[in-house]
Amino acid sequence: MTEQLPMPTPPPSDESGCGTSRRAFLGTAVATVATALTGCGKLSKEEFLQHHFKELSKDEVATIIARLEAEYKEKYHKTVKVGTEGPIPGVIFGYGLDLSRCIGCRRCVHACVKENNQSRSPEIQWIRVLQMDKEDGVNLEHAEQYYNPAEVPQEGHFYMPVQCQQCKKPPCIKVCPVGATWKEKDGIVVVDYNWCIGCRYCMAACPYGARHFNWGEPHLDAADVNPDTHYLGNRPRPKGVVEKCTFCIQRTRGKEQRYTACVEICPTGSRKFGNLLDPKSEIRQVLETKRVFKFKEDLNTQPTFFYFYGV
Amino acid sequence: MVNVRNFKNFIVDTATLMATGSRIYYMWVGFLLVLIAMGGIAYANQLHKGLLVTNMRDQVSWGFYIGNFTFLVGVAAASIMLVIPAYVYDWGPIKEITILGEMLAVTALIMCLGFVMVDIGRPDRFWHIMPLVGHLNWPVSMLAWDVIVLNLYLLLNWFVVTYLLFSAYLEKHYKKALVLPLVLLSIPMAVSIHTVTAYLYNGLAARPYWNSAILAPRFLASAFCSGPAVLLILLQVLRKTTRLQIKDEAIFKIAELMAYTMGFNLFLTAAESFKELYSGTEHMVYFKYLLFGIEKNGVHYNTLVPFAWASIITGFVAFLLFLIPKTRTNWVTLNIGCVLIYSSVYIEKGMGLIIPGLTPDALGEIYVYRPSFTEVAVTMGVFALGALVFTIMLKAAVPMMLGEFTISKGRMAAKADPETEPVQAH
Repeated sequence: MTEQLPMPTPPPSDESGCGTSRRAFLGTAVATVATALTGCGKLSKEEFLQHHFKELSKDEVATIIARLEAEYKEKYHKTVKVGTEGPIPGVIFGYGLDLSRCIGCRRCVHACVKENNQSRSPEIQWIRVLQMDKEDGVNLEHAEQYYNPAEVPQEGHFYMPVQCQQCKKPPCIKVCPVGATWKEKDGIVVVDYNWCIGCRYCMAACPYGARHFNWGEPHLDAADVNPDTHYLGNRPRPKGVVEKCTFCIQRTRGKEQRYTACVEICPTGSRKFGNLLDPKSEIRQVLETKRVFKFKEDLNTQPTFFYFYGV
Repeated sequence: MVNVRNFKNFIVDTATLMATGSRIYYMWVGFLLVLIAMGGIAYANQLHKGLLVTNMRDQVSWGFYIGNFTFLVGVAAASIMLVIPAYVYDWGPIKEITILGEMLAVTALIMCLGFVMVDIGRPDRFWHIMPLVGHLNWPVSMLAWDVIVLNLYLLLNWFVVTYLLFSAYLEKHYKKALVLPLVLLSIPMAVSIHTVTAYLYNGLAARPYWNSAILAPRFLASAFCSGPAVLLILLQVLRKTTRLQIKDEAIFKIAELMAYTMGFNLFLTAAESFKELYSGTEHMVYFKYLLFGIEKNGVHYNTLVPFAWASIITGFVAFLLFLIPKTRTNWVTLNIGCVLIYSSVYIEKGMGLIIPGLTPDALGEIYVYRPSFTEVAVTMGVFALGALVFTIMLKAAVPMMLGEFTISKGRMAAKADPETEPVQAH
């Protein structure tokens, strides 16, 4: 006969069930508070508990991608593919911009917005084109972003488009308190939109104004959605996080290794792109035959984005 | 006896003390609760619509919230202006009131964390910044350092305050071997919280206005002017309204120390201005925006100019009032000086540090930033929260410091008071 216990012991299965439900309850409770903090009431427990992208296992990544794709399907009523292609071995991307050819038409700005699913209202633009006075050279005190003449280029001016310079020593990465932004092996600086806390320290640190914040809920019409996306790139973003140019990671890392949208659209051929490690690439040709300079070189951010005067 | 049961009594009694009081006390707390509720509503709206309801934008991506945060880190650090004379120089008259400085530090730090919380875009992801649970980018990110030192300083001050009051409650003298090292530790920690906060900005080569080696010393000097100014006024209020005895000489001693820090603060400001204005490089543009305004495309941008000069002039007048012994020991001029120096530093940190650091922006654009209604309302809410925390802490602490409310006298006194609710017997 077994000894009589003062209290009945619940069967083990019951106990574990109780423990699980308590844990589940706690998780749900915390997620509910967090949902209240997002102010939109759409935060799932899975999303709340999702960990840093680089610390996820392959299975976890697959689950997250499936969740995101389902979310986008529901929101935009079309199939959005969220890729996770990694860097291609032996590739470091470089970019060249010919200041003597650029006419300031801003086609690149709008092609970028279209390709990368930026919020249309308020509109976020990853490329900003500066109109400069010819007699002042590159001088930010005289730079104008809101030029709006009937025709470009305007007499006495030249144009300098600025976007993420994909620095070798990016000050934005250094300052991020949660490591939500990092440099990939192919040189692209990326942001995990599901890990960013929206402190905007990286924006203060960036000398190029290349980082942009989703001040409100991003508005993107279903018809405007580019369904070919990448997790670290142009997938639709949530409110309250920072985003930036990723050299069209969804294109440049894809099987066809397409050009970035800005390179493709440029009517004057001012934009050059390619693999810095490939001696025959276009960008290496630029480095070989033209004299290049880096924007704000004195800050030692070491951009892989080169400006040059082609003619 | 220091045990769990006594501590539980201490907590219950403290809560009772905080919850009961005169009509004026209830009115004051009620007033603060109304302000907190208004701030809360504004914040709920901000959560719902996003930071779009602030006037911050990509060009000026930090504003009023972070300015207030920076100012309050200084207030928190300034509690050591009481600790140094009291413990390092063993100066008796101040010793009894250092606990007030520590409570002010706790309050200021709670407000600091509040301002960070209302500024971030995804407060639901707060856990990402917690060490071990999240992914703290330490030691590379200065913000990671700031999270650590601010929380440690908060814990340290909170522990010392609680321990001192608990000892007083138990009618026992506190253990000097425990308190003295902690209080002495708070000195380098106070310096470090404000230094690290200065380094947040200082390390950004992209913002020449902040990228100056004397930024951290300037932060400390200005903090040691504004923090004690709050305390000086508070000490006078307390000795009028409670039986707390605070000697004149304690107040005058703090005022004298403030005169030195204010002189040093003005000197550092002058040194920075000279370097910028005399060398006149392109980096001068931020200083120019602050002090004189700048012109672009025929528009004169001078939003900050009146604030900048108000800060400089009030700072200078306050310095004179504190420097001259006659005005320093005259209650009217002393209090005017306190208000002036507080305003001077508040403007300097609130408007004069963050905004010109970001204007013109990294690409030379001038975005005129003024805090929106939401930002002002939320800020008011956070300050009201701080005032509430400080009020209820004082409410419980003062009778304990005076020995009027202890484990043996406390609840009996409470029972004898017809206004208070009956305390349940244990």
